[in-house]
Amino acid sequence: MGLKLYGLPMSTCTTRVLTCLHEKGLEFELVPINLFGGEHKQPPFLEKNPFGQIPVLEDGDLTLFESRAITAYIAHKFRDSGCDLIRHGDDNEAAVVRVWVEAEAQQYSPAIQPIVFQCLVAPRIGKTSDQKIIDESVEKLGSVLDVYEARLSKTKYLAGDHFTLADLHHLSYTFYLMKTPYASLVESRPHVKAWWEDISARPAFVKVSENMKFEAK
Amino acid sequence: MGLKVYGVPMSACTARVLACLHEKGLEFEFVPVNFFGGEHKQPPFLEKNPFGQIPVLEDGDLTLFESRAITGYIADKFKDTGCDLIRHGDCNKAAVVRVWVEVEAQQYNPAIRPILYQCFVVPLIGKTSDQKIIDESLEKLGNVLDVYEARLSKTKYLAGDHFTLADLNHLSYTFYFMKTPYASLIESRPHVKAWWEDISSRPAFVKVSVNMKFEAN
Repeated sequence: MGLKLYGLPMSTCTTRVLTCLHEKGLEFELVPINLFGGEHKQPPFLEKNPFGQIPVLEDGDLTLFESRAITAYIAHKFRDSGCDLIRHGDDNEAAVVRVWVEAEAQQYSPAIQPIVFQCLVAPRIGKTSDQKIIDESVEKLGSVLDVYEARLSKTKYLAGDHFTLADLHHLSYTFYLMKTPYASLVESRPHVKAWWEDISARPAFVKVSENMKFEAK
Repeated sequence: MGLKVYGVPMSACTARVLACLHEKGLEFEFVPVNFFGGEHKQPPFLEKNPFGQIPVLEDGDLTLFESRAITGYIADKFKDTGCDLIRHGDCNKAAVVRVWVEVEAQQYNPAIRPILYQCFVVPLIGKTSDQKIIDESLEKLGNVLDVYEARLSKTKYLAGDHFTLADLNHLSYTFYFMKTPYASLIESRPHVKAWWEDISSRPAFVKVSVNMKFEAN
């Protein structure tokens, strides 16, 4: 039956999962969702994800949503395939991966998401960007990136010396940030910049990012 | 050496971790942090959590922050002790736990947190509550709770028939929410209400919630 992923190739959350699947070298089917037609907000999609969001992963009888639950599921189920994204052989390393996975979810994402939305999404759905929201988020993101700069001056990747889920989860939103006027937040911090250049050059993500384009509608 | 938790007993994120430790019946040392004196924003606390937040868990050489990383770590390390919070014996059930853990983090918490901030924290720091923020958050939370109501009409707990980390991670914020004028969002949804009454009366959480009081400073 195999893995089926419902989503879109330019969606940040879908690409988080796609990157994970490619890091693991897994076969899967990508089923496009008619987002602009609102397919994700209607049955039968709502039976897959009652919150009406992409992506959704189907693996046999199992239906999963929330991109970070999906990547963690993949990283665990296929822990012995491809890249070890969770450092499962070492309890302490695995624990530190958990911490930085949560840091992305709780510190980084809430700061970066509004910037990406205001700069790249709002204009494409006929809304005016809110500069106040952007400015507040830029300040928050700067504070978070100061912590990352200090961390990455001590370790090559966020959770230690190896690329893990913690780094992977940052890829898609950061890719879009680098297309806004606020890329300097990353560029101006040497360790963050080096980390970004390293993780965004990984073949799995390069494969995914080629399709990360917003077309004007 | 044992487990050490740094935090304050009325902090919702600290309480999340304490509830987990009690569910597992684990011994630990609680180290109060001088929160109102700003201890968490200064060295040496910043060496434990560079984001300057409580709680922090120390387990031997390991220092962890982000409450959901900590509860995830405890639930996994002590998987064979006390309540099975992650359904580790069944791959599919464990995957569904992951989904609803992420739902709490990505859907529920962002909707409920601003309400608590406006109702409890803002007055404490001498500012006026912003009713617009409260109203927007109530609408978001109502939508999330509609999904929960439908879900909990099919399963006893969020991830299935057993209490898991997915339910536990909701306890502390919801406890405070029930002390606001907006408790009706829970009370008016029969399955959500029944779920709340069940999970909040678990002895582990009762032990924690007796210390969850905001004192005016």
